[in-house]
Amino acid sequence: MNLQQYNISENNFEQCIKCTVCTVYCPVIPINSNFPGPKHAGPDGERFRLKDPDFYDKSLKYCLNCKRCEVACPSGVKIGDIIQSARIKYNTASPKLRDILLANTDFVGTLSTPFAPVVNMALGLKPVKLVMDSVLKIDHHRTFPRYSSQTFESWYRKNAEEEQKKFPRHISYFHGCYVNYNYPQLGKDLIKIMNAAGYGVHLLNKEKCCGVPLISNGLIKQATSQGQHNIDVIREAVVDKNMTVVGTSSSCMFTLREEYPHLLHIDNSDVHDRVELATRFLFRLIDNGDLKLVFRKDYKKRIAYHTPCHMERLGWAIYSTSLLRMIPGLEFIMLDSQCCGIAGTYGFKKENYATSQGIGASLFKQIADVNPDFVATDCETCKWQIEMSTPYKVMNPISILAEALDVEAIQKINRL
Amino acid sequence: MKKVGEGNEYDVIIIGGGATGAGTARDCAMRGLRVLLLERFDYTNGATGRNHGLLHSGARYAVNDSESATECIKENMILRKIASHCVEENDGLFISLPEDDIAYQAKFIDSCRKAGISAEAIDPKEAIRIEPSVNPSLIGAVKVPDGSIDPFRLTLANVLDARQHGAVTKVYHEVVKFIREQDRIVGVCALNHKTKEVETYYAQFVVNAGGIWGHHIAEMAGVTVNMYPAKGALLIFGHRVNNVVLNRCRKAADADILVPGDTITVIGTTSSHIPYDEIDNMRVTPEEVDLLLREGEKLAPSLATTRILRAYAGVRPLVAADDDPTGRNISRGIVLLDHAERDGLNSFLTITGGKLITYRLMAEWTTNLICKKMGLNEPCRTAEVPLPGSRQESEEVKERIASNNVYRAAEGRHGDLTKEIPLDNEYDNSLVCECEGVSVGEVNYALKELEISDLVSLRRRTRVGMGTCQGELCACRAAGLLSQAHNCTEKAKADLVNFLNERWKGMYPIAWGESLRESQFSAWVYGSVCNLSSGKTK
Repeated sequence: MNLQQYNISENNFEQCIKCTVCTVYCPVIPINSNFPGPKHAGPDGERFRLKDPDFYDKSLKYCLNCKRCEVACPSGVKIGDIIQSARIKYNTASPKLRDILLANTDFVGTLSTPFAPVVNMALGLKPVKLVMDSVLKIDHHRTFPRYSSQTFESWYRKNAEEEQKKFPRHISYFHGCYVNYNYPQLGKDLIKIMNAAGYGVHLLNKEKCCGVPLISNGLIKQATSQGQHNIDVIREAVVDKNMTVVGTSSSCMFTLREEYPHLLHIDNSDVHDRVELATRFLFRLIDNGDLKLVFRKDYKKRIAYHTPCHMERLGWAIYSTSLLRMIPGLEFIMLDSQCCGIAGTYGFKKENYATSQGIGASLFKQIADVNPDFVATDCETCKWQIEMSTPYKVMNPISILAEALDVEAIQKINRL
Repeated sequence: MKKVGEGNEYDVIIIGGGATGAGTARDCAMRGLRVLLLERFDYTNGATGRNHGLLHSGARYAVNDSESATECIKENMILRKIASHCVEENDGLFISLPEDDIAYQAKFIDSCRKAGISAEAIDPKEAIRIEPSVNPSLIGAVKVPDGSIDPFRLTLANVLDARQHGAVTKVYHEVVKFIREQDRIVGVCALNHKTKEVETYYAQFVVNAGGIWGHHIAEMAGVTVNMYPAKGALLIFGHRVNNVVLNRCRKAADADILVPGDTITVIGTTSSHIPYDEIDNMRVTPEEVDLLLREGEKLAPSLATTRILRAYAGVRPLVAADDDPTGRNISRGIVLLDHAERDGLNSFLTITGGKLITYRLMAEWTTNLICKKMGLNEPCRTAEVPLPGSRQESEEVKERIASNNVYRAAEGRHGDLTKEIPLDNEYDNSLVCECEGVSVGEVNYALKELEISDLVSLRRRTRVGMGTCQGELCACRAAGLLSQAHNCTEKAKADLVNFLNERWKGMYPIAWGESLRESQFSAWVYGSVCNLSSGKTK
């Protein structure tokens, strides 16, 4: 008899043995007592929701979707996915205007780019912040990321696209909204490193926002159609052109790889393993003996690395930190792995501001105690949160590498 | 020993705290009789608490036993009204699989309609739409008004109403002797298991509602009621697999009913004759587990991979009528024995046979007979008056349900009585049982109002320990509250060990996969962290 060889349940919810380790690792629980915690909102709540959908609890919106519960779970229960799936399935309330604005990062970005100086100035003005606070319920403490007056994409087309063809090997770059609208420099830094390593960098055939803010704001239909488009264009790069797709944002990468199949039911199995963070791609090249890096001798910095939640879930912090540790003049400090509290658009909402800052408080304190030259992290929203909540500047490991590299020496040693 | 006239005199003594005994106590009390209900252990300890929890439409009996089928559908409709907080109106499907004779379907529908049961053949695709877990290879389906019923709640609601009408109810009182004067039973001696004292009670009538144990009770009274012990084993799955009751459309056989109830799903039953001396020691065998799974998978294929929480078995209180070895052909009809007429023993009645769902009708027949003998002309009102818990819910209850899932879970168990549960502050609202959402307030309410003597009775009243953790997190918290209420830590600790052993007994036959992992984890928690010495593997 082949029965009962395995217990199979959606997101492994029946694999939960109620050990409650997830609840111990939940960053929200100690700060916001309205959140029932991952165990109760996840596998416990699922049994009730299967009985009667009215057991769907609105307090599930307090979940940051940080997935630290899933990392902690010894039974492989996809607790975060259970909670997010329940929100998708049972939440009947339609998203507010504010949530739609916050979620549509690329649409808002497109509108803001031509007027970047005005938008940046306006978003920084106290009266504007107060109006956004009272009308839109976007907390006035928040600093919006500055918009760039030229998108990364248009810079790339004008200044970089042509010369990429001359390289022997090629990759595709999923730059994400942040690089495109707010901080093109990070994309330029990536191109500098990849070019030094002998790789031409190409853009996808019109990428769209990965959808992480859409998912967390309940705009599932839009997230699914954008996700499907992204996987289609990623497939063109990976399958048709045999190019790996790299990114510089841990949340974008996590979404493309894991949230698409788990939450949006988009099949990405044929390209999943070829979508990764640039630091992982680089580290593996070096680890395989396919690339050697050389760093400037005059580069001296003391930096502290913060592990974004989705980096923790991916298990990829080791790649970024190992690369940073290769820089001889760099004094490396690993911060305790904990949530910074912003969780994408979550922390921008007025009702979540206190929770958000409460969650991050111990991180901010640790950074102050360590007193680095700057903080390194792979996630742009962690960067905003830390820069807003501490006096320290935050950089992506790719930008740090770009600054510390000795490009000529690398090309020489790798015989490029 | 108390003598007559010392407050120990009643009109009727009812022996047995199952649905039938509790229902009879309610009916008698509502008709103005002075009632004493005696239960050997706890309410619902016998067959009442060990079945599917199926609100039969009667369809299952329609082909072979139209009388039972007719009774079922009538009582089904009554229970939906008077016991709404115990009932889930899920509907049922009788499905035909390729291996079944589809010709049976027409006969089945015809028989149902004759018995007054609405039975509508639906397209297999429609069946899959309304119940996605159903075996997709089905070739036919008939929709009937089956449902689910919680026998613990139902019995307790009858007890509560009986008490509200003046009945006295005593658990852990075992009748050990009848007091007989010539050809008349005038009272009983009952051993109080808590005090170990024998108490004496007198009454004009004594009703034997002891279910399968009625055999022995009748024997004590000096008459013979031959019961036919037919064991039925069932499995509980960890969550709701289906939301519509699934049956096989064929002659009744093993493991062909899958019933969703509260947070779980139950498959059953087997049927095997067992010797009478084994009825107090039910064990589910590996063969029974195999059979239940093999057949259950045909109803809903996902059962093959769904976690099983427990296995349990009950004994049907069937009255032996012929020498059928399976017990399936014995009528499930109600048997009311007037021992005066049958055996020349006055004032003693036995009510047995029947089914959980006809408990009210059994009570009505019994009470009618008593009233007739007493020359009383009180009509039965149990079919019209809703039970406590199933009455009009206040706006306050409705409001709180919307904002508080702890309250919503409690309301599912206690209906309108939820308003009695203190859930005003964070402590009362905090959970004792996380799987089933039972709060401190609810446990304290049960301790105060629902005759709780130990963790087992608390489980039956509130579902503490019925979830997937099977006591891992909740049992020690509940034991803490019990020790507070009874002001005795030692007793609570012993009770905790008993409770965990009782939980393990149900897990043992299905101890593999996640259930085994979880019980092992529980054993570590209680053995190593709480230092309970006689661990659950005892």
